[in-house]
Amino acid sequence: MKTIIDATSLHYRHLNENLRKALAAGATDITVKGVRGQRYICAGFTAERPASLTIEGIPGNDLAAFMNAPLTIRVKGNTQDGVANTMNEGKIVIEGDAGDVSGYSMRGGKLFIGGNAGYRVGIHAKAYRDRAATVVVAGSAQDFFGEYMAGGIMAILGLDRLAGQPIVGSFCATGMHGGTIFIREHIDPRIVGKEAAISELSEGDWRELGVLLDEFATDLARDLSHLNKSEFIKIEPVSGRPYGRLYAY
Amino acid sequence: MKRYEMPPSFRLKIDRDLCVACKRCTDECGFGVLSYDHEAGRIKAEHARCVACHRCMVYCPQSAITVEADTHAYQQSAAWPVHLREQVYRQAATGGILLTAMGNAMQYESIFDRLVLDACQVTNPSIDPLREPMELRTYLGSRPDSLEFEQEGGYRLKTEVPPQIRLETPVLFSAMSLGALSLPVHKSLATAARTAGTFLNTGEGGLHEDLYPYAENIIVQVASGRFGVFDKYLRAAAAIEIKIGQGAKPGIGGHLPGEKVGDEVAATRMIPAGTDALSPAPHHDIYSIEDLRQLVFALKESVEYSKPISVKIAAVHNIAAIACGVARAGADIIQIDGFRGSTGAAPTIIRDHVGIPIEIAIAVVDQRLREEGLRNRVSLVAGGSIRSSADLAKAIALGADACAIGTAALIALGCRVCMKCYTGNCSWGITSQRPELYGRIDPHEGAERLVNLLRGWSLELKEILGACGVNSIESLRGSRMRLRGIGLDAQTLEILGVSAAGASC
Repeated sequence: MKTIIDATSLHYRHLNENLRKALAAGATDITVKGVRGQRYICAGFTAERPASLTIEGIPGNDLAAFMNAPLTIRVKGNTQDGVANTMNEGKIVIEGDAGDVSGYSMRGGKLFIGGNAGYRVGIHAKAYRDRAATVVVAGSAQDFFGEYMAGGIMAILGLDRLAGQPIVGSFCATGMHGGTIFIREHIDPRIVGKEAAISELSEGDWRELGVLLDEFATDLARDLSHLNKSEFIKIEPVSGRPYGRLYAY
Repeated sequence: MKRYEMPPSFRLKIDRDLCVACKRCTDECGFGVLSYDHEAGRIKAEHARCVACHRCMVYCPQSAITVEADTHAYQQSAAWPVHLREQVYRQAATGGILLTAMGNAMQYESIFDRLVLDACQVTNPSIDPLREPMELRTYLGSRPDSLEFEQEGGYRLKTEVPPQIRLETPVLFSAMSLGALSLPVHKSLATAARTAGTFLNTGEGGLHEDLYPYAENIIVQVASGRFGVFDKYLRAAAAIEIKIGQGAKPGIGGHLPGEKVGDEVAATRMIPAGTDALSPAPHHDIYSIEDLRQLVFALKESVEYSKPISVKIAAVHNIAAIACGVARAGADIIQIDGFRGSTGAAPTIIRDHVGIPIEIAIAVVDQRLREEGLRNRVSLVAGGSIRSSADLAKAIALGADACAIGTAALIALGCRVCMKCYTGNCSWGITSQRPELYGRIDPHEGAERLVNLLRGWSLELKEILGACGVNSIESLRGSRMRLRGIGLDAQTLEILGVSAAGASC
């Protein structure tokens, strides 16, 4: 069942009410047209059934914040800040760029960014039991990528960058104490937090990343077959207890 | 290194005539002070480990044990108090940040203890609370600026009133996480909250699945680590609190050490067992009032505006302006934690030296919110050293809608304020995650003790109201003319909006 919602001049509260109603009525394929910066789209949504949602326009801050639903949200454009904030379940495919603090404290679901990502992306990303925050950025990400990361998997591919644009900013993985980051460049170790260490990918890592890249390539209609293992580095925490020796008991 | 070690702070005296070496004390002590000396055939004590928690003393069937302060002398120096010398010894040995727990242990003067309450005499009769009804019921949440009514066929409220939570007495339990506290303590608090008609606050440790049946009496916290935050948690709760700061450690984050992250704590926080639970100092999605507003409304939107959103902040120098910002950010409740507020673990240096007293914070925030026409939009909850019903009455007279108690609730469960919560060795089972220790808390008994405490305070509060000649807590709220200061300087009195004792109305 195809449902179309026109978001033109619609306050986010009413847009979400319409979306909740449509999902409750069993809609599985929803298109929202005319999105112009409405915040909190799908925030806190839960849903029994999987459904796909296509957003035409620019969603505002906190798209899918606290979301816990088997929804696949495709954004045909850029997003603002805080996409997938504390998201537990769901999949967000952004065809353009994502703003700052995207994927903050995400515990499950996937965040695929077809362009570049802003600052502080994936801070405190987590994993728990069968859930793991999964973030892939096709282009570059700015400072504090994966700061305080506690679990999950994140990758930056460095594609389509402007000349001189670094693949990732400074303070990457500072305070990291869980999870894995893959970066498709042998970056200067000085931009990585001292709580994390850089290493080569194992065959197992490459297989795991490969599965993720295949899904990313399909969702964003990109050919990633030219990427190879030796281009990537892996960042993992040195210890699950980075601050264990900080205190005098 | 031995020669640098400090002498023990406490000494256990075991009356050998009374002791029958039953070894009960060796089981009771969570800190490993007492053991049985097989060779000598008697109990021996390693005094240096003793924290004066009294557990062995209370549970010795022979009453053979006494805990005493060690009387070792230091050369006197007003410039070098003993605790500062001992801090240096500890840091010289470890190179670490000194860790402690509970509230500020420094000798700052309590303002509560310098304020006295009013009572009626002759010209205005007092009310006998044993005969007259006394209203303590308190609602927390945002109030509309005005009310509109429809008149057709009787009056009907037209204005949409924002969601409120109802307290039968103006006391809540402070935010204390599962992790900092043991599960039986959380169960005690939850049962007590339900019986007494008040609320438990989960802190940032998530809500254990056994406690979901109590959710109507639970405020859930969303802190910077977002531990245990998911849809069911947000939807189940009576209210949601965004934790920005805590009185014991304003401006800094929290590290729950991996040793305290057992299976129960891990499942509730939704993190792997044995890993550190790190809460960053700020929420990294909140760098401004506008960002806070964004999180407030993301939460409101997530629960479809069905429950109030609280914001907890620590009392710091510019608290009045900060609280106004928080009110403008859309918070329905502001919880302010004074510098004596407790913690399960904090650097000593922060706990003892950062922040301002709750008495001052409440007075200036209430005043500023009134001046800016925002007071009805938020309820104020005061916490951080509410030690008795007198403190409660004084805080309410200064402008709080209700107060939160943490340490007082733990003391009701046996806590001796030994300030060793972070070690996980609590002999009373309050802050330990060791099953042999936390099994000592019986949630039914615990709840009964907490309900008793709340009942006692509520009765006292009614006596205070009656003496003041009013029959509702609402009439005391923000009523600073019912307070007088003794020995407070003029500027402090002015800031508090309170007259000196002897001044007439």
